[in-house]
Amino acid sequence: MKLGKLLDKVLLAISRRPNSIDVISSFTAVIFGLLFGFIVMLIINPGAAPQGLATIIFGPFQRGMRGIGDTIFYAVPIIFTGLSVAFAFRTGLFNIGAAGQMFIGSFVAVYIGINWGFLGPFHWPVAVLGAMLAGGVWGAIPGLLKAFRNVHEVVSSIMLNYVAVHLVSILIRSQIYDSARGRAYSVESTSHMPTWFLSDIFPRSSINIGFFLAILAVIIVHIVLNRTAFGYELKSVGFNRDAARYAGMNEKRNIILSFTIAGLLSGIAGALVYLRPGISMATAEVPPEAGFTGIAIALLGLSAPVGVLVAGLFYGLIDRGGYFAQSLFREEIVSIIIAVIIYFSALSLFTKHLIAKFIRRRVKRDVELQESKGEIK
Amino acid sequence: MIVDIFNEIVSILSYVIPVMVALLIVSLGGLFSERSGVINIALEGIMVMGGFVGAMSMYLMLYIIGLPIQLAVFLAFIVGALVGAGFSFFHAFASVSMQSNQIISATALNLFATALGLFVARTFFGYRRINVDESYRFDVPFLSEIPILGDLLFKNAFLSTYIGIVLLIVVIVILYKTRFGLRLRSCGENPHAADSLGVDVGRMRYAGVMISGLLAGLGGVVFMIAFQNRFESDVRGFGFLALALLISGQWRPQRIFLISILFALMRVVASRGDSIMGLRALEVPTDFFRMLPYILTLVVLAFTSKHSRAPEAIGEPYDTGKR
Repeated sequence: MKLGKLLDKVLLAISRRPNSIDVISSFTAVIFGLLFGFIVMLIINPGAAPQGLATIIFGPFQRGMRGIGDTIFYAVPIIFTGLSVAFAFRTGLFNIGAAGQMFIGSFVAVYIGINWGFLGPFHWPVAVLGAMLAGGVWGAIPGLLKAFRNVHEVVSSIMLNYVAVHLVSILIRSQIYDSARGRAYSVESTSHMPTWFLSDIFPRSSINIGFFLAILAVIIVHIVLNRTAFGYELKSVGFNRDAARYAGMNEKRNIILSFTIAGLLSGIAGALVYLRPGISMATAEVPPEAGFTGIAIALLGLSAPVGVLVAGLFYGLIDRGGYFAQSLFREEIVSIIIAVIIYFSALSLFTKHLIAKFIRRRVKRDVELQESKGEIK
Repeated sequence: MIVDIFNEIVSILSYVIPVMVALLIVSLGGLFSERSGVINIALEGIMVMGGFVGAMSMYLMLYIIGLPIQLAVFLAFIVGALVGAGFSFFHAFASVSMQSNQIISATALNLFATALGLFVARTFFGYRRINVDESYRFDVPFLSEIPILGDLLFKNAFLSTYIGIVLLIVVIVILYKTRFGLRLRSCGENPHAADSLGVDVGRMRYAGVMISGLLAGLGGVVFMIAFQNRFESDVRGFGFLALALLISGQWRPQRIFLISILFALMRVVASRGDSIMGLRALEVPTDFFRMLPYILTLVVLAFTSKHSRAPEAIGEPYDTGKR
């Protein structure tokens, strides 16, 4: 009885703030994803499934500060690709090319990281900056094609993803190839992202100041989108290209800029993956998955920068959780969960409809009940 | 000298034809979906799913039941096609019934297929791959004796080659010569007009997407057999290459057929460039040839998009309220 009243209160609050239905549909997608993962685990090994699920969600916490630091570390590149996709979404564009922009960024960062050791203390900032610019240039291409040749950005981005994959493979093989190991050389230690005091708070974790860059990016994107005339223009073009042009905005320039900014963000993601010890870049035949996970994070975060931050951290959590659960289940279970989450995000219209219906029925019944008691006249 | 060159061309073509057939099958699948008005960038994922289940069933049929190779191949084709159709149902459900964003739902399918394939392969086989390493090529009796044509089409052939040729003809007939084909195309061009004439747009689009799943699933098995002799959790971007082919061919089966020869040649040159006369001397990186089809598609897009021959209503959920 008491629980029912509490639920009614919550539902009433929700029905007054339509935005909260979006938040709930995000949570529903996550729950469906985890549920599906759980069912897969039940089929494979029923006995270990509950522990597997618990490890995926809480595993990193059980490993203390190191687990939390690693969670944040693995969340950071995804936060950047998520921001990239979200920024494009908000300006009416679908950036499925984050993967390619990221891969190009990775190459430039690794190239600088290997060859430009003379930069000393400026080595890592220049590497990050170079990756960012390269991602921006790569991102500008679908923008240009859309603005001037009316090419749908999804199709051109998909093609550019594969052009990027093969172009980077050519460049790795001809510029920075360590034929003894069959991959690129390792980057100089001066190009590793610094850890500052984070290595004291999170001992033995991989975390570095990439996290601060991510927070800075979240703040900047939030301000640009919501507090500047520039952001307003970009969003207007996204809502209605013709209306924006009629209002005197340069819609071509804005489309190109939106895509360039999305590319800049993905480029940084690419840099952060490789500017650290213990990893070296390899050639590939398919674009990096992180670019597509960014789509999931942008959807879950409702394309809002802060939402992307939260969703990205959630991704880091289950990604590390999957790593820790490896003794029970293969870590690809996390990718399965993410894929199901994306699918249910696509169905969000449906879930929203269901939730709204549920609330309406509940609230209506409540009102009828109160009417019958004579509490409402 | 002339005989050498001739033999060289025959040997190159004997590699090009299976690649071409695999590309063609998947691309024709995409054609059905996109002509009905639903973008299908999940071709890659559906191929992976078909190839994955196809590989598992091949493993079962060859090493546990012990069926003859070509029969097992044929059955695996059917399994892959059915799995592809079943898997693509989820894309149809999201994009037709739920009017969801078609790109997002397809992206989910792509990620899901690779993840599930890897997960199951690693869980049950211990590796990232499922090995079904056999020699699948065979000589067709009598026909392989015909000069030139026999060398090209009937010697060292894959079963899939003949299936692909039959499918190309069947697809053209269905799309352009049947009532179903006309209705399907009308749903991709102007669903409101189609609806007003009594065509069930939703059902047509379900059919389009699921036929594309059928063909892409089959294509996944063809790819696995003709290229890798194993399932390896992805199809090397082949599904997206088929999508590029579909776009470069401007959604017309005949053009798709012609361009598929070019794309397949690029792919073969990329993977076998070292053994082809003259190419080794050029020292062009093999990845360059892998990259070319995508660049070509971008160029085609840049020059045709203003007057694109893409289906008019592609990518738009059908909303009766907008009539």
